[in-house]
Amino acid sequence: MQRPARVVVNPMTETPLAPRPSRVAALRAEFPMLSGTSRGRPIVYLDTAASAQKPRAVLEAMRQYYEGSYANIHRGVYEASERASMAYDGTRETVARFLGGVSPDEVIFLRGTTEAINLVAQAYLRPTLGEGDTVLVTEMEHHANIVAWQVAGARTVAIPITDAGEIDLEAAERMLAAGPRLLAVCHASNALGTINPIAELAAMARRHGVPVLVDGAQGAVHLPLDLPSLGVDFYCFSGHKLFGPTGAGVLWGRKALLEAMPPWQGGGDMIDRVSFERTTFAPVPQKFEAGTPDIASVIGLDSAIRWVEGLDRAAILAHEEQLLEAGKAILDGIDGVHRVGDPARNVGILTFTVDGAHAHDVASLLDQDGICVRAGHHCTQPLHRRLGLDATVRASLAPYNTVADLEALGASLRRVRETFR
Amino acid sequence: MATMDQLYQSVIIEHDRSPRNFRKLDAPTHHVEARNPLCGDEVNLELVVDAEGRITDVGFQGRGCAVSKASASMLTTAIKGKSVAEARELADQFQALLTGKGADEASLGKLKVFAGLAAYPMRVKCATMAWHALKDATGEGRGARSEG
Ligand SMILES: Cc1ncc(COP(=O)(O)O)c(C=O)c1O
Repeated sequence: MQRPARVVVNPMTETPLAPRPSRVAALRAEFPMLSGTSRGRPIVYLDTAASAQKPRAVLEAMRQYYEGSYANIHRGVYEASERASMAYDGTRETVARFLGGVSPDEVIFLRGTTEAINLVAQAYLRPTLGEGDTVLVTEMEHHANIVAWQVAGARTVAIPITDAGEIDLEAAERMLAAGPRLLAVCHASNALGTINPIAELAAMARRHGVPVLVDGAQGAVHLPLDLPSLGVDFYCFSGHKLFGPTGAGVLWGRKALLEAMPPWQGGGDMIDRVSFERTTFAPVPQKFEAGTPDIASVIGLDSAIRWVEGLDRAAILAHEEQLLEAGKAILDGIDGVHRVGDPARNVGILTFTVDGAHAHDVASLLDQDGICVRAGHHCTQPLHRRLGLDATVRASLAPYNTVADLEALGASLRRVRETFR
Repeated sequence: MATMDQLYQSVIIEHDRSPRNFRKLDAPTHHVEARNPLCGDEVNLELVVDAEGRITDVGFQGRGCAVSKASASMLTTAIKGKSVAEARELADQFQALLTGKGADEASLGKLKVFAGLAAYPMRVKCATMAWHALKDATGEGRGARSEG
């Protein structure tokens, strides 16, 4: 599939953005938060898997919308409303391109991954759910990809994972043969970093006639996307993990499926004709976007995707690979620190435990050194139960991290070990 | 203001390593299980309250971070021998200390060391969990009522 030519312009001003900086220092300089402090120390941000920091381009696009062409969308004929509508709908095209060349009509804006999964659970699954129907998930899923199905009335059944943190594909085949209503699987695990073999799983699911939803909250941030050839039916991601603002995320679905689904919320902007007796609905994607959306965040998302598209992908991948290897070596070199899981392909997540110290205490002491990590179960309680752990510490990587960040983590962890000796 | 490191070094580590009254009681008159679903901390608090409403024995078990364990451990030593009403008053003072609401520090004794935690709202819950459990265990309609 041929991707449309990449045009990197600021969507609000339509001026070309500055050429992409090649060095990490220059890239870091684009993120105002990264030159700040935490607890009085220079910030060491290792929690991108929870939410990414924002480059100036994103903040600037949102500021320009609010200051220069603020209005509601799809409602006014005046200039500001027209510009806002164009920027908002233009983002659909940006997203469609980012997903590998899908139809913009298949792109629905929602708050994020959680809301996207819930939409599919409520509008796709629930209306046709029968007694005893199951949704096949995996042991590494985020709560969003478990609980949404349960709330819709389905039973969740989980494909087991290996100790390294990879899906057991033989079990997957067997469990798909049992006829679940849907396979719902993450592109990459937020707790272990595992990159799942989605194309392979999707082919397997297709042989058994099982539709596939992919939770791309982590995958979309690190992996090139080509949905037309991936063979899945739904894909979702959150803008805020992709260097965009909070409040805007995406559900992509095959048009035929989206068209067959009833709306899940009623309101303005999603109708065709309304009367007290009967209302007909707008076509997709508007059918699923009732009410005034988070326009500013959608505009910010456009900027974030253009920012990501403008990166030198090969250089970033090499940089992240180097960080991951350095991080593993640093953690493995500290007595009493144990990494959790070791998938062959990892999006840049280092999860570990420290002997004698609870994850929250570790995170609090790291915090004293300005190091931001996540501690707890990372919204994956079933995974932690499977691994026999109550809580873990997670350091997650982004292109703006450096080996110095990981060295700071290592030095601080040594002090934690001293404290808990 | 004490930093987190100082707080850990002064008391938390020590109580984490050798928690006081970390045991199951034979015949508790009151007990409650508290959980913090956000971080998975759990504490089971058991009390023996006599006919006069005095706490004659107290024990706890559970798992979680050092802050929650140290706080529960210090709770047990602080309330043993007190009346239920006094213990509940202490819980209120402790809560006030950690939420910066102006506690009566004199009444808190050793528990004052937790004051530094007020600067870290995300960790306050860890320290107050056992105290919430205490209030739950001794609240209206729970086991023997206190007569104050
Ligand atoms: C794998 C995965 N799925 C789902 C989510 C939920 O995303 P959001 O909170 O943005 O809806 C997250 C983020 O925490 C995630 O990492």
